[in-house]
Amino acid sequence: MSESAFEPVIIGFTCNWCSYRAADLAGTSRIKYPPNVRLIRVMCSGRIDPTFVLKALADGADGVMIAGCHPGECHYLEQNYKALRRHRLLQRTLAQFGIEPERVRLTWASAAEGARFAEEVGAMVDEVKKLGPLNWPTRPVPQSEAAAEVAP
Amino acid sequence: MADNTQQERVGVYVCHCGSNIAGVVDVQSVARFAAEDLKGRGVVVARDYTFMCSVTGQELIEQDIREQGLTRVVVAACSPHLHEGTFRGACGRAGLNPYLAEMASIREHVAWVHTDKAVATAKAKAIVNGAVERVLRNEPLEAIRVPIEAGTLVVGGGIAGLQTALEIAEAGYPVHLVEREPSIGGHMAQFDKTFPTLDCAACILTPKMAAAGSHPHIQLHTWSEVEKVEGYVGNYTVTVKKKPRYVLEDVCTGCGICIEKCPVLVVDEAHDAGIGYRKAIYTPFAQAVPNIPVLDPDTCTYYVGGKGGCRACEKFCPTEPNSIVFDQQEERITLRVGNIVLATGWDLFDARRIHQYGYGRLANVFTNLELERMCNAAGPTGGKVVLRDGQTAPARVGIVHCVGSRDRNYNNWCSSICCMQSVKLAHLVKERTGAEVFNFYIDMRTPAKDYDEFYQRVLDEGVHFIRGKVAEVSDVPRGPDEQGPLFVQVEDTLAGLQRRIPVDMVVLSAGLEPRRDSKAVGKTFGIACSTNGWFIEKHAKLDPIATMTEGVFVAGCAQGPKDIPASVAQGAAAAARVLSYIRQGELALEPVRASVNEAQCSGCRLCNGLCPFNAISFIEERRVTEINAALCQGCGTCVAACPAGAISGSGFSNEQLLAQIEGLLLDVARVPEPA
Amino acid sequence: MKALFYPGCAMQRNARAYLDSLLAIRADIDLELEEVADWNCCGATEYMSVHRVPAHALIGRNLALAQRQAADTKLLTAGCSACYLNLAKTDTQMREDRKLEVTVNEALAAGDLHYDAGSLQVRHLLDVVCHDIGYAAVKEKVVKPLYGLKVAAYYGCQVVRPDYDDRWDSHEHPTAMDRLLAALGAEPVDWALKTQCCGGHMTVIGPDVAYGLIRRLVHGAAEAGADLVATLCPMCQLNLDAYQVEMNRHFHADYHLPVLYFTQLMGLAFGHKPADLGIGKEFVDAAPALAKIQVEAPPEAKAKRKRRHRPEDGLPMPRME
Repeated sequence: MSESAFEPVIIGFTCNWCSYRAADLAGTSRIKYPPNVRLIRVMCSGRIDPTFVLKALADGADGVMIAGCHPGECHYLEQNYKALRRHRLLQRTLAQFGIEPERVRLTWASAAEGARFAEEVGAMVDEVKKLGPLNWPTRPVPQSEAAAEVAP
Repeated sequence: MADNTQQERVGVYVCHCGSNIAGVVDVQSVARFAAEDLKGRGVVVARDYTFMCSVTGQELIEQDIREQGLTRVVVAACSPHLHEGTFRGACGRAGLNPYLAEMASIREHVAWVHTDKAVATAKAKAIVNGAVERVLRNEPLEAIRVPIEAGTLVVGGGIAGLQTALEIAEAGYPVHLVEREPSIGGHMAQFDKTFPTLDCAACILTPKMAAAGSHPHIQLHTWSEVEKVEGYVGNYTVTVKKKPRYVLEDVCTGCGICIEKCPVLVVDEAHDAGIGYRKAIYTPFAQAVPNIPVLDPDTCTYYVGGKGGCRACEKFCPTEPNSIVFDQQEERITLRVGNIVLATGWDLFDARRIHQYGYGRLANVFTNLELERMCNAAGPTGGKVVLRDGQTAPARVGIVHCVGSRDRNYNNWCSSICCMQSVKLAHLVKERTGAEVFNFYIDMRTPAKDYDEFYQRVLDEGVHFIRGKVAEVSDVPRGPDEQGPLFVQVEDTLAGLQRRIPVDMVVLSAGLEPRRDSKAVGKTFGIACSTNGWFIEKHAKLDPIATMTEGVFVAGCAQGPKDIPASVAQGAAAAARVLSYIRQGELALEPVRASVNEAQCSGCRLCNGLCPFNAISFIEERRVTEINAALCQGCGTCVAACPAGAISGSGFSNEQLLAQIEGLLLDVARVPEPA
Repeated sequence: MKALFYPGCAMQRNARAYLDSLLAIRADIDLELEEVADWNCCGATEYMSVHRVPAHALIGRNLALAQRQAADTKLLTAGCSACYLNLAKTDTQMREDRKLEVTVNEALAAGDLHYDAGSLQVRHLLDVVCHDIGYAAVKEKVVKPLYGLKVAAYYGCQVVRPDYDDRWDSHEHPTAMDRLLAALGAEPVDWALKTQCCGGHMTVIGPDVAYGLIRRLVHGAAEAGADLVATLCPMCQLNLDAYQVEMNRHFHADYHLPVLYFTQLMGLAFGHKPADLGIGKEFVDAAPALAKIQVEAPPEAKAKRKRRHRPEDGLPMPRME
């Protein structure tokens, strides 16, 4: 697959109060962004279990975007800080798996920042495009390609 | 995937939203996909319709539930924030638990943000598939019901809080009004006239203060602060710290002899904005409610000049027993209330921060609040507008708008009242001194009823309005011939030139800021502040009164800068919301809550420190953790943290979310490696 | 600490006193200066607006030379405001504008030079003294405190603005030099014109305008009770000092306000002989002002008043703490 033709699939976790509403606002404002991201609504970025991220990557996503309220503006007061901590830890774990930590991006968008949300999606898609498809062990590799990898 | 979902019967409804969705997404193809490809996942009916939210659209769903025995519903339409309630209602009417419906947002998240029809349709299919997988794992839920205590706590006795307190009390329910200052009245009590009608502020405020002071259902707690708030909506326990007045409230008659006899005169930084004086024992102003003085131990000779000096107040106090108690201690009162309204108001921007405007350095640079006090007949100059020397009337006055507001260096926001306040002050200055008045503005903002008419009137009165941000206020002339004494340097953006306007007096229209302790106060009440410090309302447009914490409401400037009519309106609106809760007797809460499966809980306590609402507690006897459903706000942070998977979050369970992830990735699913 | 030093043309000629005093005090504050070898003109204030790219290339050459010389320090300092601002501006703009970086380096390549934008830290001398060496270290070296001397700290227009690296507390009303003067024992006066224009080259182009600006500054400082003005820029010093007589003649005024470099005042406080600091080279004689320096005990710090009493007449002024 050539790099330009590669269209990654990204799972976006958004919180009910800020980032999901930012995505809604991007919609109502008709701000265009790449269609590569598919959103899941959770009540708070603090709800995001690292397992969800790994599940998404294992099931076919090339990247995961987590969007919460801005630090200090969490509707649950401080739970986005917990998301921040988990994200740091998760990035380290991913690196140990041999997965580029940039594939999992944490970002903030308030309910008023539809444009920012769209920008973040664009940046994320660009980044993952640069990284290429996620090379997850369960991904079926065509026979010829597998042979080429083993051969010197 | 373990499958106990086989027996479910799912209906999928794809909305055209006119051409909003159908113009970009091939809705028929999405419906066909659901009907054919998802048959194996329990989809028994899939339809597309022009407006699902219309009565006919809803009836379509209801009919299918009744006739086809649907057990799950997916509506692919707009954002759930718009119509989740609508479709849940339709399910409920047809006898299906409302929480067994899901929405797939293919308008805001697909049709409106993408242009390629094929790609958008593919994405819409993935989203529908995710919603189907998710809804298969939804569980029927019941709204949580909590009883509501009839009493209400109102924090802040300014005009907003007063309005709330009076409305609730008039309806016959008890109100506790807590005020930090010695008297209720707030900032409005400092003003002279109010725009645009030039009503005397005191004349319209003091009747309300008196009504609140004597109302049988209002309990005033002045010179007091809320220290601790425990509990949840309908059932709050509040600890109030009552600061010592050193005066017995129930004995003092408010005769004022102690004030008259007190020999210590100090600058009044609070009510008189630093340009007037008060005694060491004082009431902030003549119409104070309650009319009971406060003794200030920082300035009273009894405390300052070695223990036991002076005692004039005590000597002359005519009451029996003597009202003056020098060793009074602070008290703590516990209140039980069902709802809380925060109307804590605003602080004035500190004009000293803008050095180039010279406040604090140049004697005849004043703030808007100082001028308000000066204009007030009960103020330090008896209503005369004079220079800092206390005598000379200014002949030329410059009024600078937007001081600290709409300025990236200080505060980004528009303080919303300063334009009108500055216009009003211009009128008052002109009326009282006949001075030539210059208003320097960035933009004139006069958007409410009769506001612009007032501005036009003041324009006609001959006040000069110069459009431009003031660069500096200086007392240094450019040349020996330049006559000041003060100069306002401004770029006149209408005339397109730099101007230096010589004036005698400059008034800085300092903006409104959140209370300096608003973040700490927000924490006490469990509500969020914006990074600036204004309290965050539940919804910026549709619910500017409630907050994210059930049973805590906001009114007045604590939520954002606003003028008196808007504060009164919001105060009354908060009262209406509280009354509707009280009248319901009990309250239904969204059942998005976390709960612990005790059999799985290992008692590790990892989750115990995670909850900012103190909903999680550890039960020592059983060595397990418990979650209080009424305190829980449903964020799910503890669910994600539990290493044993013992905590589940209703409405957002692991099963639901994992299934949705898998569903969203249907077209790119990786095939596991053959063993 | 060590820094590369770009003296600029003024310090070699009319601002010789600035250079002399800096050289005199550098050991006291442990500042090791290494002059950039073979440096050239910075282009002053005008060239940038006339020919942008050649102007950047002219400055870029100095940066490239400094980079080549930078072995054990990345710090490049200048005492002249215009020199500092030009060096900082080219460095910043080359960092932000890749195209400019390429163009400038193409020009530099003709002389076998190259500059990697951002590889040096360009800082004004006052910034280095106040923020790196620090007030405490300065205070430690004071042997003859400047007690009794009221000084107006004058920053001029180019050092605190545009403040590329966010180094100053305020852009309208900075206090770094005031604090430095206080550390020397002098009393900084609060005045409003700290960052106002000295006239720059207007003394040559339109003297009437320049005299107005100079008068305003001199008048403002004198009104605030200053015995002298402390400056950090050769241009400011030249305008306020050398043109004070002209300005007096122009306005039929009679100001005598000496203008010294902050380094000269540091030297005095560190106990150096006035002659070694270039004092005496100024046009407006500083000797009468400097005679005010007390050798006795410091003036007692005013006790903070807990409350404000009624003034003799009029309304109280706002609290300033």
